[in-house]
Amino acid sequence: MILVALITILFLGGVLAWLSEGLSPKAPRVVALIAVVIDLLVMFALLGADTGDSNWIVQLNALWIPRFGISFHLAADGLSVLMMVLTAFLGIVAIGAAWDEITDRAGFFYFNLLWTLAGVIGVFTALDLFLFFFFWEVMLIPMYFIIAIWGHENKNYAAMKFFIFTQVTGMLMLISILVLAYFHYVQFGWFSFDYFDLLNVSTSGAIQMWVMLGFFVAFSTKLPSFPFHSWLPDAHSQAPTAGSVILAGVLLKTGAYGLIRFAVPLFPEASMQFAPIAMTLAVISILYCAKVAFAQTDIKRLIAYTSVSHMGFVMLGIYAWNEQALQGAVMTMLAHGLSAAALFMLAGGLQHRIHTRDMDHMGGFWAKVPRLSFVALFFSIAALGMPGLGNFVGEFLALLGAFKANITLTVAAAFGLIFASVYSLWVIQKVFHGVYRNSDFDDSHLDDLSRREMFYYGAMMIGLIWMGMYPQSFLDLSSATLINLIDETGQVFYAVGQ
Amino acid sequence: MTITFDDLLPLLPLLIVTATSVIVMLMIGIRRSYITSSAITITGLLAATLVAVSMMDWTNQQITPLLIIDQYSLLFTVIVCASAMLIAILSYPYFFQLDDHKEEFFLLLTIATIGAVVMVSSNHFISTVLGLETLSMSLYGMVAYPLHSKNSAKYPLEASVKYLVLSAVASAFILFGMALVYAQTGTLSFASVTALPGTSLGDGYTVVALLMIVSGMAFKLSLAPFHMWTPDVYEGSPLPATTYLATVGKAAMFVVLLRFFEISEALSFDSLVTVLTLLAAVSMLAGNLLALLQDNLKRILAYSSIAHMGYLLLALIAARSTTGTLAVEAVTFYLIAYVIMSLGAFGVASVISSSEKEFDSIKEYRGLFWRNPWLASVFIAMLLSLAGIPLTIGFIGKFYIFLSGVEAGLWMLLFVLVLGSGIGLYYYLRIVYRMLMPEKHNISYRQGGMESLSSYAALAILLFLLLLFGVYPAPIMSIVSAASSFI
Repeated sequence: MILVALITILFLGGVLAWLSEGLSPKAPRVVALIAVVIDLLVMFALLGADTGDSNWIVQLNALWIPRFGISFHLAADGLSVLMMVLTAFLGIVAIGAAWDEITDRAGFFYFNLLWTLAGVIGVFTALDLFLFFFFWEVMLIPMYFIIAIWGHENKNYAAMKFFIFTQVTGMLMLISILVLAYFHYVQFGWFSFDYFDLLNVSTSGAIQMWVMLGFFVAFSTKLPSFPFHSWLPDAHSQAPTAGSVILAGVLLKTGAYGLIRFAVPLFPEASMQFAPIAMTLAVISILYCAKVAFAQTDIKRLIAYTSVSHMGFVMLGIYAWNEQALQGAVMTMLAHGLSAAALFMLAGGLQHRIHTRDMDHMGGFWAKVPRLSFVALFFSIAALGMPGLGNFVGEFLALLGAFKANITLTVAAAFGLIFASVYSLWVIQKVFHGVYRNSDFDDSHLDDLSRREMFYYGAMMIGLIWMGMYPQSFLDLSSATLINLIDETGQVFYAVGQ
Repeated sequence: MTITFDDLLPLLPLLIVTATSVIVMLMIGIRRSYITSSAITITGLLAATLVAVSMMDWTNQQITPLLIIDQYSLLFTVIVCASAMLIAILSYPYFFQLDDHKEEFFLLLTIATIGAVVMVSSNHFISTVLGLETLSMSLYGMVAYPLHSKNSAKYPLEASVKYLVLSAVASAFILFGMALVYAQTGTLSFASVTALPGTSLGDGYTVVALLMIVSGMAFKLSLAPFHMWTPDVYEGSPLPATTYLATVGKAAMFVVLLRFFEISEALSFDSLVTVLTLLAAVSMLAGNLLALLQDNLKRILAYSSIAHMGYLLLALIAARSTTGTLAVEAVTFYLIAYVIMSLGAFGVASVISSSEKEFDSIKEYRGLFWRNPWLASVFIAMLLSLAGIPLTIGFIGKFYIFLSGVEAGLWMLLFVLVLGSGIGLYYYLRIVYRMLMPEKHNISYRQGGMESLSSYAALAILLFLLLLFGVYPAPIMSIVSAASSFI
């Protein structure tokens, strides 16, 4: 029930936020904040719960569409809870980012924001593949509205591209899900979309590969990975700050989560055969997008490309499929969620203040806005993988695990860390150092960070330092799930690997 | 052969619709009153709907060789009558200010509904042709209805003549195919086709006869490449007539096609399946691609209906190799979904339009979301449903079609379906985006007076059904699956 409550609170909170606009234009943001905070508190209750002998902290299974054996099956284990907490935390951060920025039609904005979050929580907890797909699509529409209504100059194009990319690849996944359900029907005599039932379906050879590819394409578009990443720079740069925060921090993680939870466990043999290709794609993402990032002058596009590059480590870790690598992938997801969200907020904050994202117009901001500049420096070095901060732990573990699986690709991927230093420091040098000049923009609103903003950034900094200094508290949560997944698929991997 | 009272009872919905049309006609003769004729029409259609609903559980009877009244035909009688009723509600404010006789529109609408009810209950060539022609003849009139109005918004005469000529040709094709069947078997029931391959002329002859019938029906369903008339007729007709053509007209025809294929076992001919596969693929692609180039809402929806007929045809082809009734259910469910979402989409346009000024350029929907959030929300929901996005009935419909396609292993068509739907997203979102743009102040929609209240209620019902069946489809699925077992 608690999982239903988590989703319902957000759905209802969204509706209430929209309605509350009638009272005061400032009411929606308060309502939205309250809803997400309540959600976060409920999740903390889950964290402390006794799991008993199963990995699943809570489960709920109710019949939904009996004709096809579709049930409303929600469940959460350590991995889901981690992802949900990240979602709610970044939800609060996103509301903070939108606090002053979104003044136009705020009610509808917070409605969409909360519905996106609700969809994401649904994705992280659904264990019925039909339900999973349902949430997977549900989170798209409000995100589309956020980009299309409150986005920047080229919002229609960006929103459309985002929607079409994810929807079309989503339909390929739907076909794969249906093929799997149909095989279940053939092998067991009844339709089922339940995760645990579908794990028992035996598929073979070419069919398994095709079905797996349906999932892979959908997830790697969302992740995103080369060659399906081209929607992301547009969507991120055009979205309002809160939209970028949710996109980079949370939505991308649903792709990685899908790979860990569904794509590999459902099709172990095909995934094993496909792993070298997936890892190669990951390495291309890491290196190529780092290089492309370096060529950007639009600061949001730059951060967007670095996101693709960092998510490459996640994909690398997932397809190495051993404990360290998976732990690394999960840590990277969490740490990147925070650091990318913070960087997008900084870029959005700058755009809000000086109405440009063009780095060629910026320079010497340290003298003018020291607090903002310090925060930017902090998150940049976090993103480049400085030891002591969360991103380092994640990427290091991912590389360590990947080294066992494929040495050549790991060596190549490690160069990504160097590229990351180059573009991160380059941004710092270009924007915050040098001589300050305001010839290209109006700097009358270029104020330093307010207390409220410092509070959000501070919270994210603490999160990253915690992850970097004592990662064990996060690793413990996800380890049971990951070990379980590896055990279930391990024999297959071992057999194919020989 | 005598017809007893027991035979008449299952025909009750048909008789009620017929009586309604007679009463409307007599009322017009006695005293012209717009509100009275519309009220009689709406009441009559509502009564027919309710009676059909109440009969569904226990009626399964062949009445004369011409009509079969079973759960399936009653399900579609309900859909046809309910849609006709909603269209009647929507057309009341639309024609409110027409400077010509307005009452006969309802007469035409009820007569067309008689035709549609006959079609969905027919398993015999004679009743098919009678129903089809009754429906088409009334539609010519409905399409051309605002002909004498000086301020008429569109080109009704052009649309009507175009539809008349081409539709007559299509009917000729169908009749010729039927004649070929009759020439060899001497009977006109759908089942007689199964005897054809055994006759002296054999398979080739059968395929020719079937192709004649199929191409005529494909024209009526506006499957590409028989779709040329669709956008022009949709655009030129007054909105209520377009709505009727797009929903009741298409649904009734598809039910006939479905029943004909199932009874005649036409899908056992490989060459016919090849033709159908091509029709489906071309429809999905052509419909979606051509819609990209349009700026006119009615034309966009016309092309989108071509694509949707292609999706339906995919499920129909799947009926050849799926076990049980899955494919029939898919067709049935998608037809219901299609009727609901088309009614809603056209309904929104008719609420703000009138016979003098139709808002059918998508530019005119700019900022609708901020001016009239309720209306725009209905429209957005309908468009997203047409695009097959979850929370709506359109998604469950797509799910059905995908599932039947997967089960039948129609990979090529499924790929085309994904491609077509992807392209389709673009033009649906284009309309959605227009509505989300900041408003412009120089567009004056028809001011909704008291007469529009019922239209809003109709849209509310449609939205409710769209979301209910999209989120909790189990009840409607069991109805559809029970009905489908009768096919």
